[in-house]
Amino acid sequence: MDHEHYSDAYLREVLDGVKTIAMVGASPNWNRPSYFAMKYLQGKGYRVIPVNPAVAGQEILGERVYASLRDIPEKVDMVDIFRNSAAAGPIVDEAIAIGARVVWMQLGVRNDEAAARAEAAGLKVVMNRCPKIEWSRLHGELSWSGVNSGIISSKRAAGAGGWPGVSGGGFSSKRLKKG
Amino acid sequence: MAEQKAPGFETRAIHAGAAPDPTTGARVTPIYQTTSYVFDDVDHAASLFNLQTYGYIYSRLTNPTVSVLEERVANLEGGRGAVACASGHAAQMLAFFAFMEPGDEFLASTKLYGGSITQFGRSFKKFGWNVIFVDPDDPQNFKRALTPKCKAIFVESLANPGGVVTDLEAIAAIAKEAGIPLIVDNTMASPYLCRPIEWGATLVIHSTTKFLSGHGNSMGGIVVDSGKFDWSSSPKFRGLTDPEPAYHGLKFHETFGDLAFTVAGHALGLRDLGAAMAPLNAFLTITGIETLPLRMERHVANSEKVARFLEQHPAVGWVSYAGLESSPYRKLAKKYLPKGAGSVFTFGLKGGYEAGVKLVENVEIFSHLANIGDTRSLIIHPASTTHRQLSDEQKLAAGAGPDVVRVSIGLETADDLIADLDQALKKAA
Repeated sequence: MDHEHYSDAYLREVLDGVKTIAMVGASPNWNRPSYFAMKYLQGKGYRVIPVNPAVAGQEILGERVYASLRDIPEKVDMVDIFRNSAAAGPIVDEAIAIGARVVWMQLGVRNDEAAARAEAAGLKVVMNRCPKIEWSRLHGELSWSGVNSGIISSKRAAGAGGWPGVSGGGFSSKRLKKG
Repeated sequence: MAEQKAPGFETRAIHAGAAPDPTTGARVTPIYQTTSYVFDDVDHAASLFNLQTYGYIYSRLTNPTVSVLEERVANLEGGRGAVACASGHAAQMLAFFAFMEPGDEFLASTKLYGGSITQFGRSFKKFGWNVIFVDPDDPQNFKRALTPKCKAIFVESLANPGGVVTDLEAIAAIAKEAGIPLIVDNTMASPYLCRPIEWGATLVIHSTTKFLSGHGNSMGGIVVDSGKFDWSSSPKFRGLTDPEPAYHGLKFHETFGDLAFTVAGHALGLRDLGAAMAPLNAFLTITGIETLPLRMERHVANSEKVARFLEQHPAVGWVSYAGLESSPYRKLAKKYLPKGAGSVFTFGLKGGYEAGVKLVENVEIFSHLANIGDTRSLIIHPASTTHRQLSDEQKLAAGAGPDVVRVSIGLETADDLIADLDQALKKAA
């Protein structure tokens, strides 16, 4: 596995294949990067469960905070690590232990030894990336900020299209719709 | 992992950033002629204002047509992202605004577009930003001129008014050692001929008015960020690393990583400087870029023919075009501009000032005006126009002596351009 470069196909497979994400190092402070990422991923339909021993038992963005991965009573698909590279090691081992399928280490976080252990246990690994940035890049939203997504496509984005059969074709829609 | 073959330059010049419109399926990027965008609800608005989600708020910050142009140019330059704005001058302002504070300094080449020398030397002083001009022909001059307050080095890849090629790799190494960004104005070369990020530039600037839009019909500028500079490597770049009070203490570099410059360029730079690009200009520039590779090939081919003709002409004393074997910059041009040395250059008339005036007044295909990078061929006599207010000494230093004529060679039939110059040179002799 080349952890310098991830193909778009690999990242799509990871992001399309998970529903529940445990975010280790999630902050209750709205202007911290982890809060940005959690809020954005929730908006894209992911269940995000915060893990942070300092605020365990409290709520972040409507989700109860747990002290550790092992305390989470539900099945976790992906563990997203907002901690430094050294601290990521034991968290990866916990992720393996709780049966997660993906370990994701945030921008600036990279632990090759831990990644090798996770891969040996059959987990997929992404390091030094942000799932918010990658999701938005792959779905065209990052381009709204003038960022080079590297994506070339002559296809209309899937799932788009306004109100088919109502507007368009020169027909007037029956009523003006607000909101 | 499956190998992803990167598409070629020509493919990217047409497609990068411009997928079909998701709502209507429109294949060509629509002109989103709107000032503002509705919020889904108050929480969505809050997320947008907090920069927690992506989306449009107000066209001073971002606009869907302008975003396509930004991604297009960022892609062609090999950058991480870009910020488009109203003009090349606005782009220079935006680039420095990201990290300069009152009392700071930067180094700039002496061989720059005259308007940039004025902007840096006079107007930037009002912000307390101090420029130190350095002769770029010996890259070590930059090293010698560095001060602890220096926050950047600024050069033009192919310098206006023409014929000068800058040793980007050597200067990038000096900037890297000093821990400061190298900013390269790549307007005269365009990303088709030169890609400064590949040689170590941190930021690349364009007046998109020139070769990118290419038809002399739309003003614009852009700053492309390589995404490769570590703004947190020193306390010099506080604008990108320190808590930003206007965003409740958000730290751009920590939060957005290698997108920090691009996000801050919109959220702080365009927000407060206000020099947004018009959507129509973005549309025209996107359309222009689709043919950039074809146009640049012809610009170069025509320029080589015209330069060789002028070099042989009895009324012409010298020609400064890096595409000629006689140019002292030929070696640098072969390294940095292997597909050609652009299409803007200068030449000297043996008849001096009077001959220059007569030449520009007698051309019939060349247009006498102050722009470059048009489909049309352009000509100007700097001493009687753009540099008129300078002393004779200043004119010489700026490469605008009494005998100097600047041309921007267009896409007309090369023989017609040569015949036009020939008849006008006869009248000027």
